[in-house]
Amino acid sequence: MSDAALREPWEDLHRQREAARLGMWVFLATEVLFFGGLFLGYSAMRVAHPAAFAEAARETRFWFGSANLALLMTSSATMTVAVRGARAGFAGMARWCLLMTALIGIGFIAVKGVEYHLDLDDGLWPGPGFALGMAPGQIFWGFYWVMTGIHAVHLTIGIVLVLRLALLSWRGLIGLRDNPQMPVVGLYWHFVDIVWMCLYPLLYLVGRT
Amino acid sequence: MTDAALGRVPREFRRSYLGEGSTLLSWLTTTDHKRIAILYAITITVFFFIGGAAIGIVRLELMTPQADVVSADTYNRLFTMHGVIMVWFFLVPSIPTTFGNFLLPLMIGAPDMAFPRLNLLSWYVALLAGVIAIVAIVTGVGDTGWTFYTPLSTEYATGHVAWTALAIFVMGFSSIATGINFIATTHMLRAPGMTWFRLPLFVWAMYAVSIVMVLATPVLAITLLLVMVERVLGLPIFESTLGGDPLLFQHLFWFYSHPAVYIMILPAMGVASEVIPCFARRRVFGYAFMVYAMIAIAGIGFMVWGHHMFVSGQSNFANLVFSFLSFVVAVPSAIKVFNWTATLYRGQITFEAAMLYALGFVGLFALGGVTGLMLACVPIDIHVTDTYFVVAHFHYIMVGGTVSAFFAGLHYWWPKITGRLYPESWARFAAILMFFGFNFTFFPQFILGYLGMPRRYQVYPPEFQAYHVMSSMGASVLAAAYLLPLGYLMWSLFWGRKAGDNPWGATGLEWQTSSPPPKRNFLATPRVMAGPYEYHPAEESPEAAGAPMSREPHRSQGGGA
Amino acid sequence: MHATLPLFPIEASVQAGRTDELFFIVLGMSVVVLGVVAALVIGFAIRYRRGSPAKRGPLPPLISREIEIAWTAGTLFTFLFVFWWASSLQLAAKAPPADAMPIRVLAKQWMWKMEHPNGVREINTLHVPIGRPVRLIMTSQDVIHSFYVPVFRMKQDVLPGRTTTTWFQATRTGTFRLECAEFCGTDHARMLGSIVVMSAPDFALWSEAQPESDSLAQKGAALFRTLGCSGCHATQSAVKAPDLAGLYGRAVRLADGRTVKADDAYIRDSILQPLKDIVAGYQPIMPSFAGAVSDADLQDLIAYVRSLKDGGTP
Repeated sequence: MSDAALREPWEDLHRQREAARLGMWVFLATEVLFFGGLFLGYSAMRVAHPAAFAEAARETRFWFGSANLALLMTSSATMTVAVRGARAGFAGMARWCLLMTALIGIGFIAVKGVEYHLDLDDGLWPGPGFALGMAPGQIFWGFYWVMTGIHAVHLTIGIVLVLRLALLSWRGLIGLRDNPQMPVVGLYWHFVDIVWMCLYPLLYLVGRT
Repeated sequence: MTDAALGRVPREFRRSYLGEGSTLLSWLTTTDHKRIAILYAITITVFFFIGGAAIGIVRLELMTPQADVVSADTYNRLFTMHGVIMVWFFLVPSIPTTFGNFLLPLMIGAPDMAFPRLNLLSWYVALLAGVIAIVAIVTGVGDTGWTFYTPLSTEYATGHVAWTALAIFVMGFSSIATGINFIATTHMLRAPGMTWFRLPLFVWAMYAVSIVMVLATPVLAITLLLVMVERVLGLPIFESTLGGDPLLFQHLFWFYSHPAVYIMILPAMGVASEVIPCFARRRVFGYAFMVYAMIAIAGIGFMVWGHHMFVSGQSNFANLVFSFLSFVVAVPSAIKVFNWTATLYRGQITFEAAMLYALGFVGLFALGGVTGLMLACVPIDIHVTDTYFVVAHFHYIMVGGTVSAFFAGLHYWWPKITGRLYPESWARFAAILMFFGFNFTFFPQFILGYLGMPRRYQVYPPEFQAYHVMSSMGASVLAAAYLLPLGYLMWSLFWGRKAGDNPWGATGLEWQTSSPPPKRNFLATPRVMAGPYEYHPAEESPEAAGAPMSREPHRSQGGGA
Repeated sequence: MHATLPLFPIEASVQAGRTDELFFIVLGMSVVVLGVVAALVIGFAIRYRRGSPAKRGPLPPLISREIEIAWTAGTLFTFLFVFWWASSLQLAAKAPPADAMPIRVLAKQWMWKMEHPNGVREINTLHVPIGRPVRLIMTSQDVIHSFYVPVFRMKQDVLPGRTTTTWFQATRTGTFRLECAEFCGTDHARMLGSIVVMSAPDFALWSEAQPESDSLAQKGAALFRTLGCSGCHATQSAVKAPDLAGLYGRAVRLADGRTVKADDAYIRDSILQPLKDIVAGYQPIMPSFAGAVSDADLQDLIAYVRSLKDGGTP
């Protein structure tokens, strides 16, 4: 089983795993800079218009955001169990945990979808029909849609990756124990979780103190 | 390597990578880093000539002060196309994706990249980006210039700004994938004995450039994404009437685009650092300093973006800080120029085409560098920024520097890549033509710029015409000098002499395998016993004067069998 | 084709002379450095060509780590010197003299609108007297432009939603080219103008001959009433809003404890984004006028508030 995971140009699985992890860490550095640019833009605008941002942010749906935070943190826990479990040889548990992680991820997207729907109904899409009067409030909502949208895309990719691992392992096509993809997908999932932990206060807690 | 060693290896391991299948499918599904390098080479050559054709029309238009070849909008699209294509589809990928892909594993003694399939994927992503770019070109690129300044790009520009931005956005994934691959390969796949301070400077350059790619490209990606979102979906981010800030875009854009200059020039420095020691038969002068200089350039390069914004309305204090850091970042570049010069001292210099290109690179890069110092002085920059002075300056760095080095590398490694020798006299002629054609094109632009000729102008005062005509003439010489290698290199593919494993007597590991190399690069994992440029004993010259001139290196880095 | 080949632009402002001086010094240093590098490269290439009789052998002890450190340090100190000089020049030239003549500039695709302090308006042309500092207070109505006068060695981007300023003092009479230096769309290359520098008496005559027009401040006063600002900001008004008399140029204490100076940018922000800076002791009740006032209106309103600093009452 472990030989199946070994690929060119590697001669042993340990180094291949190391390389995959290194590659993922470098990729996450890229992602940090990607979201960093977004956070920088948000911060610059919020410093310029603190009052408008606080007021506009009060219109976000606190309980939806909080529920999603709880969901993602739970999914990170199940993901950790999956990665650790696979390493320790509990293949069945790892598979179930992967599946659970993906399902919680889908739950997040569902909650987010309902929230988006309500936001749109309330006229919170910037533009001519924007519900809030203040001009810079539109910029806050511009960032809201971009930030949550990009996060949702990342999460969707994560769900696909996790489901893929679960299904392939169920069909017996890959082993999870030594597979370099396990820690890599795990790292990615935690990163997407952390991004939400950063977005949550920026979008949902501003102006609610 | 000895015949006995060869005899033990099965025949299919000895076959060159070019012989591993000749169908189109075998090329399109390859994960061999050498074949991927060739795929990239073909792609960027196509884009180089598309970008060149665009500027050809621009130079034709500028022969006279009036508008007489194209309309104002077409003119604006042409220079936008030239900038976008040349920066993102030629210069940024140029040396890393071709020579970097081909040579990095060979130089460190690895059989392939760390992630061969990711490597192939990166090419497909680049291809997709290229297709989007061509769609944008055919249907009319946005007339924003390659800089996409808001609110011009988000609101006022005509044409397909979003498609153009999308092409660059997608291309970014290719850059990032390449960077990740290079970093992981350098960390994890070095042959036994290949310590960090035995790495050839080209590998160091690839490592440094990968770090810049990985950390700078995402910022461009998010910036362009925000522009697309604002333009297409109407989500206000930079919109100034709502309290947004047009300078925010510029800060984000230049946070990528200044390091991008180093993405373009660091690989060129790496090439020059391979070619010059080889043909001077000297160790590179100050190897450790060269390494530190590259790391310093990559690092400090992230902190100088504000020097593009001296007249943008940013604060006086910011101008001071960025001016200071710009002077600081110039120091390591200057050190490199001195070290290349000192490498020639007491050498046994020969002047093959690759060496001529490399020496041309040093000269043009030095001139680009000192004019960069002038631009780092705020009062001078206030006068000449956004004029032809800046245009000339960055072309000296990017074309005089990077493209010259690209051709140096192309001639130096051509025998390794194809197994054939190119015709030397033609190549020398092309190298000299390129040097003079380049200066002829761009030197007049320094004078034009100081006289106050703004860039991106289709019409201009008649007293500038002489300089523009000179520049256009030079551009046609330059075009000839670019087409010439295309001809004789193609010729050499079929009729060139067989090269042999190590035609230049170079010391690097890539020369210790056959030309062209076999699929897995080395028949056995090489053992590395020495530093990269041991062309002579530590304290001495390679040969006494007048001694027989052998092409054999004094000591190669290591061997495969 | 033009008869003579220009090599160097004329100098027509105080700043031009200083910039050129710096440029020539840096140019001289560059030529020396490039000359040395070129001489070494060519010299070595000839002397140490393969098979030449030049001495090879071990390197002299001088060529070692020390020389590397020496030229690194040498380069660094040279650069620091140039930086110091350029920066001191920049700092000295940044602040306009207090008596500078203010000219308001409004850029739009693809023209320049200028307005003199006495209300005289010009399009694509600016008449100024020689020897008197002129301060440009600029904003854009659409995209980013850049106000560039090569003979003055002066350039400043003009941004939408922001006010940028720069200044010059002409030293030579004549008509000089004004160019837009920041790419601004289709007719960027045709967004040209001229700066006409006149002797003081000529300028006075020219100024006299211009048709009377309302000054910015007068137009601003009219807007102040029609937009309803006077309803709250007038001294006798029932609603409590900050008094504008004598406000301009003063320090204002804000509700969140900060103190800001009431300059052009502050007044502009207060009109467009009233919630951004709430004055201490007042309620955040003012509506935003973003979208209701044009950039030209804003200039008028700011000019009006500015005019109140000398004891006028709204």
